[in-house]
Amino acid sequence: MFVCGGTNRRLTLVALALALLSSVVATTAATTAPAATNTLLTIKIGYLELLQPRPPVLSNVLPEPEDSGLQGTRLGLRDNNAGGRFLGHDYQLLEQRSDQLQPLLDQARQWQREGVQLLIVNLPAEALLQLSNQFSSDEILLFNIGAADNALRSQQCQSNILHTLPSRAMLTDALGQWLLSKKLKNWLLVQGQRPNDLAYSASLQRSAKRFGGRVLATKTWSFNTDLRRSAQREVPLFTQGPDYDVLVVADELGDFGEFLLYNSWLPRPVVGTQGLTPVAWHRVIEQWGAAQLQNRFQRLAGRWMNSVDYAGWAAARSIGEAVSALNLNAAKPLRQHLLSELFQLAGFKGRKLSYRPWNGQLRQPIALVHPRALVSQSPQEGFLHPRTELDTLGFDRAESQCQNLITGAVK
Amino acid sequence: MNPFKRRALISAIALAAFSVVSTATLASTAYVSNEKDNSLSLIDLNTLEVIKTIPVGQRPRGITFNSDFSRLYICASDDDRVQVLDTRSHQIIDELPSGEDPEQFSLHPDDSRLYISNEEDALVTVVDINSRTVLAQIEVGVEPEGMAISPDGNLAINTSETTSMLHWIDTRSHQIVHNTRVGQRPRHVEFTRDGNRFWASSEIGGNVAVLDVASREVIHTLTFKIRGIHPDKVQPVGVKLTDDGRYAFVALGPANHIAVVDAQSFEVLDYLLVGRRVWHMAFSPDQKLLLSTNGISGDVSVIDVERLKVTKSIKVGRYPWGVAVKP
Repeated sequence: MFVCGGTNRRLTLVALALALLSSVVATTAATTAPAATNTLLTIKIGYLELLQPRPPVLSNVLPEPEDSGLQGTRLGLRDNNAGGRFLGHDYQLLEQRSDQLQPLLDQARQWQREGVQLLIVNLPAEALLQLSNQFSSDEILLFNIGAADNALRSQQCQSNILHTLPSRAMLTDALGQWLLSKKLKNWLLVQGQRPNDLAYSASLQRSAKRFGGRVLATKTWSFNTDLRRSAQREVPLFTQGPDYDVLVVADELGDFGEFLLYNSWLPRPVVGTQGLTPVAWHRVIEQWGAAQLQNRFQRLAGRWMNSVDYAGWAAARSIGEAVSALNLNAAKPLRQHLLSELFQLAGFKGRKLSYRPWNGQLRQPIALVHPRALVSQSPQEGFLHPRTELDTLGFDRAESQCQNLITGAVK
Repeated sequence: MNPFKRRALISAIALAAFSVVSTATLASTAYVSNEKDNSLSLIDLNTLEVIKTIPVGQRPRGITFNSDFSRLYICASDDDRVQVLDTRSHQIIDELPSGEDPEQFSLHPDDSRLYISNEEDALVTVVDINSRTVLAQIEVGVEPEGMAISPDGNLAINTSETTSMLHWIDTRSHQIVHNTRVGQRPRHVEFTRDGNRFWASSEIGGNVAVLDVASREVIHTLTFKIRGIHPDKVQPVGVKLTDDGRYAFVALGPANHIAVVDAQSFEVLDYLLVGRRVWHMAFSPDQKLLLSTNGISGDVSVIDVERLKVTKSIKVGRYPWGVAVKP
């Protein structure tokens, strides 16, 4: 590219670097503050997390982060404040994490008395419902970032909960659409024994039924051998059976699933909780402007952003967008706005995100990834919907037994 | 002769040869930045063919000429600098400090100040080109992107994508004097020739706002509807306005169309099918041709402005991003 002069160029570069350096120094002094606005509105957001012990698993080489969700929420707050300062809006995050539920429930009540009406909640379903039942839908608004349970979106809806974490059904539907579009119709389903594995497995079976996949057989992993030593012997025998197109695995904690890859009796792809995985977020997503979000997160947390972090970020940003639009911080009007057609959120997924008014779920495309690359994004082309293709993932209005959250509860 | 001198001589000869050719044809040339090829493609606007490919810095995106077209400024985003290309020799002759990750910028009409969006840092950096120093850094919202300066040079408008705001910057004080919230993910700003209005596109919001400079109000918001394409996929990015005030062209990203808008009545007149993921556009000097960069299909569409027809597509490098035309 530079035809002339190595030496000269190097000199120029040094000079330039010096110039740059001095300019940066000068710059720090010259940095202009934004149009000075006084704080007109303070928005306090509570963050609650139940710290759960992680049972021993076989595939434990790579540790899971211990602050999933919290860091994403913090980033969302930062992003809100970066824009909020131009409007006189100041966002504050109150954090409470505990390995006991009761202190969290008490804290929520305490905050609510002090005027905190917006909570971002990283709790399992049962605890979330307990928390939700403490409050009416007018006095508090909860954002669920920890519970993927389908029941929360189909039967046990609460009018004071919005879900930014995708349901299991959204994940397995995203996977099911991709499998069917690849003509991988015949599935061998392998599930773990824990309740979450069975829930994921049930969700996979629902997706198979919806999109025309066939579960040829379901096998439950009950071995207690150490697969790090013996996967090559155990897994081929375990995965014998009818001729399947794909091995679908339901192992949410990653106990045995990682060892199915390359060890199955038939040389077949592994998908589900391991192998090709449907996720709300992953480091490999860099399209749709996501590179900047990934970089911001990395700088803040010193690690990769995951699906729970994304749910926390999306919850905080939803609050930010709604507060900016309405210029107030009360739960009830914010909730109405969030569930209305006026609300939209740019979430680095290539299209605007919004909430389903019948169950409070954030509509969003689901990424299909393997550890080093984005493979696809669902909804897949050809899965049509009269309103938005995003509603082909998870519980559509007719499939959800929840009341319409706007007309049903807020009036 | 030492190697350095010999190389300089060879390049001088090559340069002379090239300038003979280029003056002989007198054609105007479109410069296209290829984001994922680290290169520029040069298109001869007479023959509509790529005549040259120039390697540049990493991830070139926004490009703009100075007023006499002797220099082209290039945002080399991943190199964290702005490169200066001599448009006669086609050599990079200088590099300017730009702040981190420069994406888009705008050259002040005084030809000496660049206003640069630093996407990673939520800053607008103002660089003095002659002294190569940073004059000011202005804190803006999250992920600043679009940047435009009014024809009289007094007002700079910056868009911040995640904050969904237009920041109005006084170019004398370098202070933000006003903020306007617009649709989600604002991407690009384009002033009318008289400077009384500007158009601002919102990619995820799916609309284009037209603002009045004097009152600082949104006077109209355009939306788009293309048969067979879901509204969520209609994502406006680039905007170009004809000097005669007749048309506005709006590039609609993954909808793969350019909307033709009556710039007075704001009525959408037509949608032109172009390549995939259309982002930015530029006119030929006589404004008879409009070129668009289509990132995913890796080509440039040529539109006949009089007939409002797409007449050709020209293969360029990977992920063409920006385009600028030199007479």
